[in-house]
Amino acid sequence: MATNVDFQGKTFVVDEDGFLEDFNTYTAEWVDYCKKEEGIETLSDEHWQVINVLQDYYKKNGIAPMVRVLSKLTGFKLKHIYELFPSGPGKGACKMAGLPKPTGCV
Amino acid sequence: MKFKHATPLLDQLESGPWPSFVSDMKLEAEFRAKNEQGIDFQIPSDTVEDLLGILELSYKHGRTHWKHGGIVGVFGYGGGVIGRYCDQPENFPGVQAFHTVRVNQPSGKYYTTDYLRKLMDIWQLRGSGITNMHGATGDIIFLGTTTPQLEEIFYELTHNVNQDLGGSGSNLRTPADCLGSSRCEYACYDTNALCYFLTQTYQDELHRPAFPYKFKFKMDGCPNCCVASIARSDMAFVGTWKDEIRIDQEAVQAYIGGEIPANGGAFKGSRDWGPFDIQKEVIDLCPTECMWMEGKTLKIDNKECTRCMHCINAMPRALRVGKDTGLSILVGAKAPIVDGAQMGTLLAPFVEVKPEEDYSAVTEVIENIWNWWMEEGKNRERLGELIIRQGFQKALEVCNITPQPCHVEYPRTNPYIFWKEEEVPGGWVNDIEEYRKHHLR
Repeated sequence: MATNVDFQGKTFVVDEDGFLEDFNTYTAEWVDYCKKEEGIETLSDEHWQVINVLQDYYKKNGIAPMVRVLSKLTGFKLKHIYELFPSGPGKGACKMAGLPKPTGCV
Repeated sequence: MKFKHATPLLDQLESGPWPSFVSDMKLEAEFRAKNEQGIDFQIPSDTVEDLLGILELSYKHGRTHWKHGGIVGVFGYGGGVIGRYCDQPENFPGVQAFHTVRVNQPSGKYYTTDYLRKLMDIWQLRGSGITNMHGATGDIIFLGTTTPQLEEIFYELTHNVNQDLGGSGSNLRTPADCLGSSRCEYACYDTNALCYFLTQTYQDELHRPAFPYKFKFKMDGCPNCCVASIARSDMAFVGTWKDEIRIDQEAVQAYIGGEIPANGGAFKGSRDWGPFDIQKEVIDLCPTECMWMEGKTLKIDNKECTRCMHCINAMPRALRVGKDTGLSILVGAKAPIVDGAQMGTLLAPFVEVKPEEDYSAVTEVIENIWNWWMEEGKNRERLGELIIRQGFQKALEVCNITPQPCHVEYPRTNPYIFWKEEEVPGGWVNDIEEYRKHHLR
């Protein structure tokens, strides 16, 4: 069930889990909008590093990277990624980066 | 009571002798409608009625009415909750969101009513009141709640009941065991203790997905495999022994004389199988034919015994597992997707089980396998598939286990045999000119 979210003059279409329906509608305001429900107060450079890596990888490969690859590309251990994004790389970081919802056996 | 939706198809499942899930759900729906305890339900009080309603619709249509996927959870963890939304929220608002919470069960699933009541107090207040006791992997399953309740449930579980969530996603799933030495004389090690130890030791791997795909542990006390570890876990720990089967010759005679029923009386049902015949029912059925009678004495050639459990199962009061016990580790079991079903393959034939050493012989195998699979496994590739892709030889290498005949059922029949370069005199670098000196074109 897609719903519209209005935030700082932008409109985002999201699903029940709060993921963007369309990666192309991502803007920097989206991250600002998500951060509270993802348990993040202010975004550091490290947050943006994870988001940028996810977006670059997705644009290039059409999928989100495996956790191991994300760790290698950012240099952050999984533990640190959870410190940055309490919901983890899938529900937290991928959602804020505007990537499609993880699927499969979750 | 009159329910919100008519359920003529489901109503038919209230007849017959087996406990009816429909009758049980109706009881719960009624309990919530009357609410005699004055519970301040945190999700719609008619959730169970809507669940019955949408299930009736699926019976009618012959298809599911749950939407694809769902990503919800609690902060700090990457799994434990299975998000689910119905595709007809207008007609069934009570199940618009119907998430499943996996709660880590105690080893062997032993409970006190006090503990279960505490769980149910939380679940009646913050969920549907419907459960699955238990999921196939072992978890206590809370069936149906809304997203805002997830953190509330998690807070109450951890702070008030000292209870954590189970696993989901590409991680170590909730380990499970047979009830082991708690009430079985066949148990070759304390499965409950190992299950608990590994669950606690690998909490990080269980709560925060870091693997290429899911990974399961199961512990069976003996080869009877009451928790089906060999079929339902990527790494199965099956108890065994390496000395002699203990024989009580007097009890053997009591079986032969008919004083003790064979197989613990398991066959004393509707059919009369005749008097117990040790030759026919035990000796002739031994897969390696390593048993015989010498006069009134039962003999076993233990070095030929494969510890299949048959004779022990048939005469539990006369035959006992050995005293020098441990476990075998089998790897790679999985369901058919993607490249076909697999059962566990024997990796480590005998591993010591030493709680006083933090089970180091066991954890060494686990961590060697994980290090390999985490590095080499493709996205969504189970361990069993990696073993097929890179070869069993590789699994042995990463575990520092020497190949032994027991690793195969039979040797390979094709001659496509790889050699390592260092094993071959002269190596792989050859000079064609040198060859031509002896073999003209």
